Amino acid sequence: MPVDFVPSAQSTRPPGGDILVVEDLERVYRTGSYEVRALRGVSFAIPTGQMVAIMGTSGSGKSTLMNILGCLDKPTGGRYLLDGVETASLDRDARASIRNSKIGFVFQSFNLLARTTALENVELPLIYSGESGRAGHARALLALKRVGLGDRAHHLPNQLSGGQQQRVAIARSLVNRPAILLADEPTGNLDTRTSLEILSLFQELNHEGVTVLLITHEHDIAAFADRVVTLRDGRITADLRQVPRSAASALAMCTDDSVEQLS
Amino acid sequence: MKFMAILRVGLRALARNKMRSLLTMLGIIIGVGAVIAMISIADGARAQVQSQIASMGTNILMVFPGSVTQGGVRSGFGSITTMTADDAVAILREAPSVARIAPTTRTVAQVIAGNQNWSTQIQGAGADYFDIRDWPVEQGLPFTDLDVRSSAKACVLGTTVADNLFPGQDPVGQVVRINKVPFQILGVMKKKGGNAMGSDQDDIIVVPYTTAQKRLQGISHIQGMMISAVGKEQVATAQTEITQILRRRHRIAPGGNDDFMIRAQSDIAATADETSKVMTMLLGAIASVSLLVGGIGIMNIMLVSVTERIREIGIRMAVGARPGDILLQFLLEAIILSTLGGLIGVGLGIGISQIVSKAAGWSVLIAPPAVAMAFGFAVAIGVFFGFYPARKAALLDPIEALRYE
Repeated sequence: MPVDFVPSAQSTRPPGGDILVVEDLERVYRTGSYEVRALRGVSFAIPTGQMVAIMGTSGSGKSTLMNILGCLDKPTGGRYLLDGVETASLDRDARASIRNSKIGFVFQSFNLLARTTALENVELPLIYSGESGRAGHARALLALKRVGLGDRAHHLPNQLSGGQQQRVAIARSLVNRPAILLADEPTGNLDTRTSLEILSLFQELNHEGVTVLLITHEHDIAAFADRVVTLRDGRITADLRQVPRSAASALAMCTDDSVEQLS
Repeated sequence: MKFMAILRVGLRALARNKMRSLLTMLGIIIGVGAVIAMISIADGARAQVQSQIASMGTNILMVFPGSVTQGGVRSGFGSITTMTADDAVAILREAPSVARIAPTTRTVAQVIAGNQNWSTQIQGAGADYFDIRDWPVEQGLPFTDLDVRSSAKACVLGTTVADNLFPGQDPVGQVVRINKVPFQILGVMKKKGGNAMGSDQDDIIVVPYTTAQKRLQGISHIQGMMISAVGKEQVATAQTEITQILRRRHRIAPGGNDDFMIRAQSDIAATADETSKVMTMLLGAIASVSLLVGGIGIMNIMLVSVTERIREIGIRMAVGARPGDILLQFLLEAIILSTLGGLIGVGLGIGISQIVSKAAGWSVLIAPPAVAMAFGFAVAIGVFFGFYPARKAALLDPIEALRYE
């Protein structure tokens, strides 16, 4: 399958360069005189092709960080460079364009449009980049094939299992060849086996060159990343490289386990 | 490209809720339908009134005797007896704008023919009466100037009288007795139908006014003049000329009141037209209210629709929809509803007009400008009432929208 879902701009990006850089990122929520400092100066850089897990318990500021990295929110201080573009100062329209072309979202709750076929869900970002139509159709279908759902293109979300729905969401996040794939608790609503399947898919995509950012509160999930950034009270408390577990082999073991249990 | 894709998104959203879309459109459908039906019916009525007035001729002037004051007692119009056939002769001779003139008298009489009898209007008239009123004699012939001068006992029947006195027979050549005086029937006039007030114009017998004066009424004055001006534009000039001639002949001092009055057919037409225009506007305005209510219905449903689809809006924004794209999607949905509703409404309005015209026998006039206006108004309502919900959707915070349950 000559499908290339590696970021198209990769050739122009210097190999080993940083696709994402945050410097001294701050986010303060103000309600009246009351202030909540959700992020208190977060700095890190992610090189192209890395698979990074951002760990943190609830209240650590990881949702806030995720919203800013996803260009859904603006920081109140600091810098955020995505693929060489300074995003902190952009307006709503410009941030929408960045989300469309440079970021692929995968959510815990899948966030597929109900009563809309898998293919149309995958095509969604193409509507807003003005690339829908015949060519977009073909691209969406290729993305679906890439996640192994080529034969489910015309199924509705409620006719698909949770794992399949998340695969559709991943296909959707890939269809515009984003610079980074942002996955917010992508396995939170899935059973262990399906979670491993999804993580295995992430690892495959990562090996093909896609930069993946996993946001999670589970150590088990973070173990599959190259690097774990731990967040606590709005600050980074740890930033460690590690040798990732292979989701594929974990999946094989998982299958063996269940076979053993069955026999 | 993007626009078409967003349009398709909107269409699909509407198609998914067919029943709701239809009910939302119903307000606009009824509104547009009502506006078009009302205006068509009112315009039809107006055209009918106009054609009736025009059937009497637009260059016609009618002169009536005025009121008279004797010893402080004022009698009503028509009581004066100063107007004579000589006045008519003078007007025809001296007024260049006057083409034809027919002195008239009018009375009611019981008429008898064979074993039938009937009470009808007896119109005494000059020979030009038929031409002035554009009322041809279809069977037989009209009476002539000679008949008028010789006070011939000749007459011409209206169709209603002919039908009542001579059912199933040809009245031409027969005799009708008017107040016991036998008149020879020369002809029957073309059917004219009801006038603007609804009374039957064909219930009439026209006789030479000289005969009516001597044989039927015993008067020497005339009770009016039917005049046609040279052309439509000369009606006002003719009116001035007639006024001058009559004032001079009746020796009315400057500053004194006219002892006659002149009414131009075109004035009546203008008044009637004005009245029916007001009627049309009134009906249109009432119907427009329902169009407005339809618009509010669209806004209501669009607001519900936005609230229902907050999550969808969040997803769309997350994958890169700009606020403008979301605005466009919801605005297009509202415009599609109102446009489609408008189109169906146009069909409904035309349909109702046709049914009314068939069932009630009213003449109905479907005016393309009215149709275009009602349709355009419907689309404008979609834009106007769709904008607020669409803006509400566009201004949603994507984070909040994604979290919305």
